[in-house]
Amino acid sequence: MPSDHAAPRLDVDRILADPGVRIVVCCGAGGVGKTTTAAALALRAAERHGRRTVVLTIDPARRLAQSLGLTELDNTPRPVKGIDIEASGGELHAMMLDMKRTFDEVVLAHTDPAKAAEIFANPFYQAVSSTFAGTQEYMAMEKLGQLHARGEWDLIVVDTPPSRSALDFLDAPARLSRFLDGKMLRMLLAPARAGGRSMFSLVTASFGLFSRAVQKILGAQLLTDLSGFVAALDSMFGGFRQRAEQTYQILQARETAFLLVATPEPDAIREAAYFARRLGEERMPLGGLVLNRVHRTAVPELSAEQSLAAAAELTAAGGHDGAADALRVHAALAERAVRERGMAATFTNAFPGVPTVAVTAQPADVHDVDGLRTIGAAISLP
Amino acid sequence: MRVAEQSNGPVNHGWPARLHVVTGKGGAGKTSVAAALALALAAEGRRTLLVEVEGRQGISQLFGTPPLPYEERPLPTAEGSAELRALAVDPEEALLEYLDMFYKLGAAGRALRKFGAIDFATTIAPGLRDVLLTGKVKEATTRTTDGNRVYQAVVLDAPPTGRIGRFLNVTAETARLAKVGPIKSQSEGVAALLRSPMTAVHVVTLLEEMPVQETVDAIAELNQLEIPIGKVIVNATGAPLLTSGRVTQAELRQGLAAAGLPTDRATVAGLLTETKAHRTRLALEESLRAELAELGRPLVELPLLPGGVDRASLEELATVLRTAN
Repeated sequence: MPSDHAAPRLDVDRILADPGVRIVVCCGAGGVGKTTTAAALALRAAERHGRRTVVLTIDPARRLAQSLGLTELDNTPRPVKGIDIEASGGELHAMMLDMKRTFDEVVLAHTDPAKAAEIFANPFYQAVSSTFAGTQEYMAMEKLGQLHARGEWDLIVVDTPPSRSALDFLDAPARLSRFLDGKMLRMLLAPARAGGRSMFSLVTASFGLFSRAVQKILGAQLLTDLSGFVAALDSMFGGFRQRAEQTYQILQARETAFLLVATPEPDAIREAAYFARRLGEERMPLGGLVLNRVHRTAVPELSAEQSLAAAAELTAAGGHDGAADALRVHAALAERAVRERGMAATFTNAFPGVPTVAVTAQPADVHDVDGLRTIGAAISLP
Repeated sequence: MRVAEQSNGPVNHGWPARLHVVTGKGGAGKTSVAAALALALAAEGRRTLLVEVEGRQGISQLFGTPPLPYEERPLPTAEGSAELRALAVDPEEALLEYLDMFYKLGAAGRALRKFGAIDFATTIAPGLRDVLLTGKVKEATTRTTDGNRVYQAVVLDAPPTGRIGRFLNVTAETARLAKVGPIKSQSEGVAALLRSPMTAVHVVTLLEEMPVQETVDAIAELNQLEIPIGKVIVNATGAPLLTSGRVTQAELRQGLAAAGLPTDRATVAGLLTETKAHRTRLALEESLRAELAELGRPLVELPLLPGGVDRASLEELATVLRTAN
């Protein structure tokens, strides 16, 4: 039977201590403990390995955010207090991504203040910057690029957005590029580039059809706003794409390590497998798999079947209710452990070379630095 | 026991709405719950449509059917059920359909797609995308033929709790973009349905801290939007294992001996540790249950399916949902 021992053991300390590793990206399905894992790794890098570390979180649970001192969303790394860095000389800073503000900063960086004000007022900009599916992923990459470019940190640990799919993180910049390069946008831009006020002044036969349809559906005001937005975007085009491409290249470089985060559940494992495959295709460096919330039994010799049979026997005989309870609890745990090992094996069988570490399920969620430290220790080699 | 429902009669009791929106934290099992609820409603004799909108093909995976096209396809149901169909709404197709319906664009609509216009429109105005998706759900919910409702129940496998408010609050999103015009009236129609007693949003959660917190937050948000909340569905709850109070080391050792099992120190200590951890876990679950109860919505608990979700276990969940009040 395949077991989790089949995969090489992931040594996160080696990654965290390696001065050549500057970026660790934690990715996986929603609800697998990505943010907690990212925060625990960053804390360990600072405390144990003396690295000047920043952790970029996307959407942390309220209490986890508070434990990192992230009481406000100000889009700037803030030092985390109450950590033990005296011996190591490391540092830990944390920030929470403000998607809208990051987008605004990008606009400001690529255009003059007057034009920026015009863009900010455009309803399409407001919609795209706050709700475009993919903006969050794109802005996470943008922020990563900024932090990296500043060169202030030894290590940047990134938590990825709680997307529909973990792949969205990799796909969003390409989607944005495709959008910016799209036929549609070019057509809408043609008049703007020609300096005309009316966006449909260059009417081709088919485009006339399109513009009529759009006018019919959306109304003329909308077209004016859209035209304004598109024209404004045009001035920032090059910058947008260039930055997305730069960040993409950083993610392919040896200074980056991707860590997949999953739980031993079918959906999470499937997501992790998709992601592992994609990283391979994109030539991005996969460090390993952190398997969270794994259940283990303290008495592995006693099988679930044996335990259940004994519990039934004791219940029938009477007088040993407490012992029967304990055996039923053990049976449920043992069954679960077996099921989880089988689930983990589906990943390991598909990606036998990917180093893996299993982290035992915690009785409660983590709300403070001590809890993060415990998790960090659990992820690392004993 | 409940008397069997007439197949066309006004139904029931536990699930009075016509449009059931199922949301929940990612990983809480909202797609399985949505599917089980659809099976339950069909079993009650309601002609039911199960809809997904996130392009994940979650329904076809659950039912083991080929990927769903943008078409209402029958799903296998238990004997004696009313018809159950499934639909995967694709925003592009929904936009084309919408254009056809309102503007008779025909081939011109197809031309839009060739230009990438639809991708563009749904990208640049994500609110538009949601209006199209919810608009399609509204159309199915209110569709009639010869004066009869085509569907007596529609179950929507909706986006997760983090996005549900924005997804359902369609008017706010489109009002920013379209001050007048058909998109505006379309979104107003959707908003009216979503705020009517015909709709109920059910929130799926687990007895874990984050999902419970998100449930509390989502319900507060939906309340503020005046969108009616149905039930809180607690998924994957463990069967009770304990029948008595704390067991002592001596009692446990005696019990193990009576059952002919090893009684060495490691076994006894290990089993005690496991039982203690189990009690800690139960205490946490109890406090989370209390937190959920404070929301004042009916709670329905669904059992953990140890073997994962398959066709048979969906029926099991459906049976539990049918008996919910």
